[in-house]
Amino acid sequence: MTIDVPTTGRSLPQLQPISFIGADGRLTDTPTEGLRIPSDRTLTGLYRQMVLVRRFEAQVTHLTRQGRLATYPSAAGQEAAEVGATTALAPGDWLFPTYRDSAALLTRGVPVPEILAAFRGDWHCGFDPHEYHISPAATPLATQTLHATGFAMAAKLKGTDAATLTFLGDGASSEGDAHEALNFASVWQTPTVFVLQNNQYAISTPLREQTNATMLADRAAGYGMPGLRVDGNDVAAVFAAVTAALERGRNGDGPTLIEALTYRMESHTNSDDPTKYRDAEEVEHWKQFDPIDRLEKYLRQTGALDDAGVDEIAEAAETLAASVRDAMNTEAEIDPRELFAHVYARPRTALAEQQQVLEAELAAAGHA
Amino acid sequence: MSVETGTDSTTDPTAVNDETATAASASNVGSAPSSVTMTKALNQALRDSLAADDTVLIFGEDVGRLGGVFRVTEGLRAEFGSNRVWDSPLAESGIIGTAIGMAMNGMRPVVEMQFDAYAYPAFEQIVSHVAKMRNRTKGKVSLPITIRIPYAGDIGGVEHHSDSSEAYWTSTPGLTVVTPSNPADAYSLLRESIASDDPVVFMEPKPRYWMKETLSLPVTTAAMDRAQVLREGTDVTLLAYGPTVRTALDSAEAGAEHGLSVEVIDLRTLSPFDDETVSASVRKTSRAAVIHEAAQFGGYGAEVAARLTERNFTHLSAPILRIAGFDVPYPSPKMEEYYLPTVERVLDALESWDWEL
Ligand SMILES: Cc1ncc(C[n+]2csc(CCOP(=O)(O)OP(=O)(O)O)c2C)c(N)n1
Ligand SMILES: [Mg+2]
Repeated sequence: MTIDVPTTGRSLPQLQPISFIGADGRLTDTPTEGLRIPSDRTLTGLYRQMVLVRRFEAQVTHLTRQGRLATYPSAAGQEAAEVGATTALAPGDWLFPTYRDSAALLTRGVPVPEILAAFRGDWHCGFDPHEYHISPAATPLATQTLHATGFAMAAKLKGTDAATLTFLGDGASSEGDAHEALNFASVWQTPTVFVLQNNQYAISTPLREQTNATMLADRAAGYGMPGLRVDGNDVAAVFAAVTAALERGRNGDGPTLIEALTYRMESHTNSDDPTKYRDAEEVEHWKQFDPIDRLEKYLRQTGALDDAGVDEIAEAAETLAASVRDAMNTEAEIDPRELFAHVYARPRTALAEQQQVLEAELAAAGHA
Repeated sequence: MSVETGTDSTTDPTAVNDETATAASASNVGSAPSSVTMTKALNQALRDSLAADDTVLIFGEDVGRLGGVFRVTEGLRAEFGSNRVWDSPLAESGIIGTAIGMAMNGMRPVVEMQFDAYAYPAFEQIVSHVAKMRNRTKGKVSLPITIRIPYAGDIGGVEHHSDSSEAYWTSTPGLTVVTPSNPADAYSLLRESIASDDPVVFMEPKPRYWMKETLSLPVTTAAMDRAQVLREGTDVTLLAYGPTVRTALDSAEAGAEHGLSVEVIDLRTLSPFDDETVSASVRKTSRAAVIHEAAQFGGYGAEVAARLTERNFTHLSAPILRIAGFDVPYPSPKMEEYYLPTVERVLDALESWDWEL
């Protein structure tokens, strides 16, 4: 009896994370698997967006501490992964984010009040998914990775060239749905890019208790798809890797798993206490890999950015922060009757009856 | 509508596959009335839906080449191609999760969970996303997904192959839950479910897959949110759905021999519940019992009994009874005859009422 031995097709990602711009702001000599560094012009745009995002996250976190939002998971420290990946999308592509990815929504142009609706305690996702080509942010971990795969499958069947990108965390990578999505996407060869933001923690659980794999990107090989590990704090690497992966998908060559190594600088959400599971030195250590500092150094060296440019961007960030404050100072209008409005397409008598109960309660309480 | 309730093929699933195969190969669209199994009716509903709407897609475990373990999708891959009907990797959450993405991108997926208990891995996707997407997007994203789930026992299935999972789905706002009890409804309700912009959990009663009925397809029966009075009576209302409709009809027949006039209602759609039809019947008869295979505690019958009591208390002569499975895990093939609600158990329950009231 002979067993067929495959001769091609399997390779593991390089151990060294792909990186163009090192923590010192200088070009690295890391092999980059054929990827090319984005132009200064593109990098300047990415720098600007990262600065905006950082200010946004800081402002929202601050407002959350003041009680303006019910909860907020900040992506401070992860700006390169958020912005680099999202900026690589074409307008027709769809994004499937998690609760962590408000920065990605901001980057795709969703208005601030709409991004923050759910975190303020509203019952809906805040924006029209079809308008921004963004799925409502998923909280049930890894579930959105399957939606991204299915959406891309439909795009493929319809013959459109939309690709999909989904974010997931290191913790979420342990969920069954993450496994199922990677497998389905590879079997069906869907144009899907999985951006796994490995920020070292799932709430309090460190990576080493999440996986025994050498690295999460290795999993790609088991699904028969390319896996890449990038320095997730180098926006140039993230942007280049995601751009190439989207291109692959669009060319009919299937999905890609990209592990972006990064670090969550803030607590998990405002209600978390990180002192219970990580020490201040560790956070300090990661500060030297800051995504914004290094790009600023680099762009100053190339001459693409100067003091005036940096100041102008900082000013734009302050304007954004002011608009966030304004937005959160306005009370969102709610209509309790809307509880019943969107549950079913086909109206239900029983729901209409329950709505009457609520209407009567509202009338008794003196509401219009 | 003539329903042949006497077929004994339900006890022998292997014999049945041959029968289904014959029925499936005989194409009788719009033809003269002929004998149609529920499997064939479902198969034709899928075929007609695929033909009517390009966005209808069918995928799941073994639904392509094999035509499904119950042959409900038989021949569809050959007819419509593997871009419309295909075998997916084996993962139920994956099937539902990707169906969600496809529906967001304009498709109308019809997916199969191979057996009732094997829908459980997809529970999170169904409850947290399928049911809620429309609401959390203020109606901007609807998910016209049909989730076909073969359910119920009485087929000699080994463990995990005979569950009745309806209460999990009916207690989830956002889902429409449908279950036909006969071939004509199987066809019509499935067509309507696929065309619906609300997600539908379409529960197919396995023990009735091989039930035959003389009809010509396509057929349109009552709308999917309506219950149907199958037999009129004046003394008592029996409420049943899916596999227990036959039990109810047989009980009515047996009851008649004892001088009881039994009304039988096939609920057809479990969510929404047709309060109007059912309450009208209960007000007329003043007594009702609901029959299902699933365990009694917290089962669908509890909701039925409670809402009928709330709405019709002063018209009732007796408490509404639940004639259900016992509160134990669904038993092994050798034990299931002791578990399932039978005609005898139904009649005993009716006798337990004080008929002087
Ligand atoms: C299915 C599921 N289980 C548990 C949770 C609760 N939860 C929310 S975030 C989180 C940690 C996720 O960590 P990771 O995937 O690494 O993403 P990060 O928060 O670090 O961005 C947990 C356990 C959840 N949202 N969904
Ligand atoms: Mg994490």
